[in-house]
Amino acid sequence: MALEAVIGLEVHAQLKTNTKIFCSCPTAFAASENEQVCPVCLGMPGVLPVLNKKAVEFGIRTGLALNSKIAETCRFDRKNYFYADLPKGYQISQYEKPICLGGYIEVNGRKVQIHRAHLEEDAGKLVHAGAAGLHCSDYSKVDFNRSSMPLLEIVSEPDLTSPEEARLYLTELRNILRYIEVCDGNLEEGSFRCDANVSLRPVGQKELGTKTEIKNMNSFRAVQRAIQSEIERQTALIEKGERIVQETRLWNEAEGKTHPMRSKEEAHDYRYFPEPDLMPLTISRQWVEEVRKSLPELPAQRRQRYQSDLGLSSEDAAVLTETKELSDFFESSLALEAPAKAVANWLIGPATAYLKESKKEFCQTALTPQNMADLCQAVSSGKVSSTIAKQLLLDLMAEGGDVAKLIESKGLAQVSDEGPIKAILQEVLDKSPSQLADYASGKVKLRQYFFGEAMKALKGKANPQVINKLLDEMLPPVAAG
Amino acid sequence: MSKSQLIGRTIAELHSLIKAKETSCLEITEAHIEAIEKGDERLGAFLSYTFDQARAAAAHWDERLSNGEAVPLLAGVPVAIKDNMCEVDTRTTCGSKILENFVSPYRAYAVEKLHEAGALILGKTNLDEFAMGSSTEHSAYKVTRNPIDPDYVPGGSSGGSAAAVGAGFCVTALGSDTGGSIRQPASYCGLVGMKPTYGMVSRFGLVAFASSLDQIGPFARNVEDCALTLLAIAGHDKRDSTCLSQSYRDQHAKPALTKAFIQEFKSRSAEENLKGKRIGIIKELIGDGIDDDVKAPILKAAALLEKCGARVEEVSLPHAKYALSVYYLVATAEASANLARFDGVRYGHRNMDAAELHAMYYATRNEGFGAEVKRRIMLGTYALSSGYYDAYYKKAQQVRALITADFHKIFENFEMVVSPTAPSAAFKFGAKSDDPIQMYMSDIASIPANLAGLPGISLPCGLADSNMPVGIQLVGRPMSDASLLQAAQGLETALDLKLVAEKIKSN
Ligand SMILES: [Zn+2]
Repeated sequence: MALEAVIGLEVHAQLKTNTKIFCSCPTAFAASENEQVCPVCLGMPGVLPVLNKKAVEFGIRTGLALNSKIAETCRFDRKNYFYADLPKGYQISQYEKPICLGGYIEVNGRKVQIHRAHLEEDAGKLVHAGAAGLHCSDYSKVDFNRSSMPLLEIVSEPDLTSPEEARLYLTELRNILRYIEVCDGNLEEGSFRCDANVSLRPVGQKELGTKTEIKNMNSFRAVQRAIQSEIERQTALIEKGERIVQETRLWNEAEGKTHPMRSKEEAHDYRYFPEPDLMPLTISRQWVEEVRKSLPELPAQRRQRYQSDLGLSSEDAAVLTETKELSDFFESSLALEAPAKAVANWLIGPATAYLKESKKEFCQTALTPQNMADLCQAVSSGKVSSTIAKQLLLDLMAEGGDVAKLIESKGLAQVSDEGPIKAILQEVLDKSPSQLADYASGKVKLRQYFFGEAMKALKGKANPQVINKLLDEMLPPVAAG
Repeated sequence: MSKSQLIGRTIAELHSLIKAKETSCLEITEAHIEAIEKGDERLGAFLSYTFDQARAAAAHWDERLSNGEAVPLLAGVPVAIKDNMCEVDTRTTCGSKILENFVSPYRAYAVEKLHEAGALILGKTNLDEFAMGSSTEHSAYKVTRNPIDPDYVPGGSSGGSAAAVGAGFCVTALGSDTGGSIRQPASYCGLVGMKPTYGMVSRFGLVAFASSLDQIGPFARNVEDCALTLLAIAGHDKRDSTCLSQSYRDQHAKPALTKAFIQEFKSRSAEENLKGKRIGIIKELIGDGIDDDVKAPILKAAALLEKCGARVEEVSLPHAKYALSVYYLVATAEASANLARFDGVRYGHRNMDAAELHAMYYATRNEGFGAEVKRRIMLGTYALSSGYYDAYYKKAQQVRALITADFHKIFENFEMVVSPTAPSAAFKFGAKSDDPIQMYMSDIASIPANLAGLPGISLPCGLADSNMPVGIQLVGRPMSDASLLQAAQGLETALDLKLVAEKIKSN
């Protein structure tokens, strides 16, 4: 029986507002525990939540970028459960009437459907003393800095079919959130968190199989691995004729396996009901249109334009839009009249290789769009050879600087003057009599050898066209066949 | 002027004495402190006193007044606040062991407004634990007695505030009203008590019982003082999202509640205040389940309203019979969540013997909450539970909408409705404390106004067979608080009952 995987993802994106979602505490990184707290986010008696308008705007912004319908009226609900990091004994979330309905993200040319997105507040954090986790710790402290931080939970439909596709969906979703500047998308710091729902069914069956929920994945690679591992686990069970138990499982990165969460921790009846401290939220169409107008070009739109207007391949367009930083850099370079194809080649080739090797993000390099434009200009005008230009690019990424000054100070300008090149070529020919004889007898490929030796002697700065022209003149005739 | 002469005065009287320099804020404060020291041990109105803060405030206002500054609304007026409103530098217990030593670092909005208006806060008054009760017998600390007859309960849950005003310990006081917790004790103690339109007074700093029903309001010995105190505490507060915006008030509160409007209706005759008012008398709240000795003074008052030029007709609130059930589902559901924060983690009582988190929760809440609070948390938790939500909470909200619609239908033809405030006059201690349903029934007439968010006012209109006062309730359209006070003033003038003053004297 052939089985297919059905995967749905729930992403908690922390919104980059200046203040928390229901109080005016700052959201910036706090130096110490319980530094950014107030009576509201501590759940003191008698205090009330007040909705942060910016969080709603970011919700709308995200919904529009995800092709969702923005609700005309949405509502907040209380999700009730007891835990030490949850100060009010309930989380304010959206249950029945979320802010964003439906939508999709294009992943590899396919529209992956989104179910909904809703606003909610984050909980605090437990800090365990005496051990890394709750287990075996002497006592636990609660840090409420994170309490009431604004979150947007984005829930996909069970519309993904492979661990690879799940990873690509997350990459694209994070990319979109970064493009529209609503979320840092930092998995390590927890500003972008993902849970996965996985089930299997026989190919061709419509009904979904029993799903499990996987939590505790801290990187895109972990998500992909965890889903893969869960698919294998479920496949093995089904092949043995056993049933899948609906449960929450935790991914253990070191073991590369999922383990069931203790059932006591998940046996919740959240008793949702409308939050009486907040009025239903009406979102005017005018507001939605204003937000729509402020949206930047999205990665999918850019990819489309790079292909149709700039004539780039779909692969190149995909690489260039992978991060907002890279794509914005590309755009800025073009604005300085650098040729699109040349810039694309530099960025996709040597620049990407450099990033991989140095384990840096693009934004961590010193390269400026002006550098890029100057570099392209220097190459096309023949001021430097492309070999030299590549070295220059790497230097600029590492150290920064000004292209013209670097060429000047390092003496990298291309030599086109025939005199010195001719002298060097003569030297090369003089010390290679045997190669010269072979050449004359028909091994025409040795022309490259002479070219290379001359270029090496000229430290890469010689104009290749001039070398070729002189070689034509200076090499002996080749014996016919 | 002797201290006793300063007791039992109205705000207007105190202000004219202050202006005539016959007394000072400090003297008024000391006179009331003395009254409390003499009488509160017997009555149990207060849970804590803030005499030194009141003295300091009195000195502050005396100095400003001696500099010729204008007298603010409540300058020199001794007041008390229910102990579920946060005030700095003193405990806020909510009548519960779980908050026994809780001191909030912030002030409730209504309390801030009292300070701004020059009021002198003498202390915090007793209540049923977390405002859950109708007799103030459910306080974890003490019982409060009815100042008219100490064998009787003062009503609740704001029984302490009612007793304090009734006994002359202060001039006005703040209570909170979720299902009648201001109007019912006002009725039992022969006072004027008002629950404003929902959203009129910010709930910031009021420890929540049922967020969609709770509203802060005043107790006073007459309508004018009630109106002045409401005027002092009403206003928009951005810390409460359910508090009405200033533009909404400007648009919908017609007439607006202003000092000029209060002075105007105070100076008018009963007829001038009542002429042409269309008043409905609620059929369902004047029939079965209402004591005969309550009905009689209500019908008499209705006749008096008519005599003063109002048009009084019987109206029907067909869904009123469901109000109590709806209330006990909605209020307990909200309470079950509102009281979840009392978990021993951050403040308040904590059981220190528990070995782990869940055991700590159970022990802390078991020790910290009284029986009535536990009963309501369980009721509310049940009403919200998966599988019961639709049948209970959701259905209750639907019926709540029907009750609201009933009122709006009446308000197409009537400006306000009257009914008894409570089905019976004050009862004796212990009479209903073993029977929660009987206790819950005492809010049957006051609950509909909370469910519909409407303003309601209770004022004394006569005596029951027990010689305890009977309160009549007026309920008006949303935002009609000022008109409601005006009509209440008309009725008060027409009734000409010096009920409370006489009763206090007779004690
Ligand atoms: Zn805060």
